[in-house]
Amino acid sequence: MTDEKEWPLYEVFVRGKRGLNHVHVGSLHAADDEMALRHARDVYTRRNEGVSIWVVRADDITASSPDEKDPLFAPAGDKVYRHPTFYTIPDDVPHM
Amino acid sequence: MSHSTPDPNDEHGSVYDGLLGTDTSQWAFGTDFEDPLAGVDTTVPDGLDAGELAAHCLQLGDDALVMSHRLSEWCSNAPDLEEDIALANIALDLLGQARLLLARAATADPSVVPTLPEGSPVPVEDALAFFREAVDFRNVRLVEVPNGDFGHTVARLLLFATVRLAAFERHTAHRDPVLAAIAAKGVKELTYHRDYAGRWFLTLAQGTEESRRRLVGGLTAVWPLYAELARAYSVDETVGPEVDVVLDQILAVSGVERPEVAPMAGTGHTEALSRMLAEMQVVARAHPRGLW
Repeated sequence: MTDEKEWPLYEVFVRGKRGLNHVHVGSLHAADDEMALRHARDVYTRRNEGVSIWVVRADDITASSPDEKDPLFAPAGDKVYRHPTFYTIPDDVPHM
Repeated sequence: MSHSTPDPNDEHGSVYDGLLGTDTSQWAFGTDFEDPLAGVDTTVPDGLDAGELAAHCLQLGDDALVMSHRLSEWCSNAPDLEEDIALANIALDLLGQARLLLARAATADPSVVPTLPEGSPVPVEDALAFFREAVDFRNVRLVEVPNGDFGHTVARLLLFATVRLAAFERHTAHRDPVLAAIAAKGVKELTYHRDYAGRWFLTLAQGTEESRRRLVGGLTAVWPLYAELARAYSVDETVGPEVDVVLDQILAVSGVERPEVAPMAGTGHTEALSRMLAEMQVVARAHPRGLW
């Protein structure tokens, strides 16, 4: 089978019952967006995980390059004052 | 490196401790499973013939069981991984329906359950599934004929899910509260099955020359068995118009005609059911006292 005949790759994001946001759960192949949604339902929500699904063509995702790792991320590494680590979080505050 | 068995009494605790409690609030995924029969009264209502109710549940249950088994035969054989899982999901939905329906048949009329050796732990629905002969199965022939190609499976599933969904929608108001609850659960499942089959029906019919040839071939192969399916689910008397509307709509957008082939003669079963059951039942029958 040539590459042309393979269904395109989609990335799948699922929002769980108690999840606050969609989380990347994996990828799959499908012929079009609608089929990708159905496949995502069949492959990634079999165990009662989801209440909402996003699918997006992997081609449409722009990703940062590992080569840029240092200029992009290293500058944040020593700025400890940006983290709320100096506060005590009360026990009854969820999702922190 | 080895992991020891978690000991909840260990004063230092273990990494598994969080899994042992009953508090599921920390889990984002996979909790809150529902029992479809929770709170349903299982006594057969007055004025309902228990024998007829059991027979009807056996018919609905056997259709689901046999169709489920045929679909499960696609495992590792489907056109691709995603369809493999999709078909297995549908098979599991139907197996769940079969389990509830066979169990209901057994509670309504215990005399339908085959006798097993004294002390056998096999539950009644398993006794019905694995210890009856082909002649005692009440399923329609549409669900028992061997799988063809994917086009054949799509055509068969479309007919089956469309008719069964229409019947289950009626059954949500059935006088037997257990059957009504099973139907209410099944409606959601069958809606997805019909949607799945309908989309693939259209896709294959309007796809390539080859996919259309296979789809039309599959539909033509199963069509002689449609009349029996329609009769078994009382399509003409009670659920007729909507089944025809749905099928005509899918056939119209797909550009496919209803095949002009005569209904298959006879009643009962084809030889294919015995062969299928031989494989399906062999392990359970070898261990009638087995606990699974």
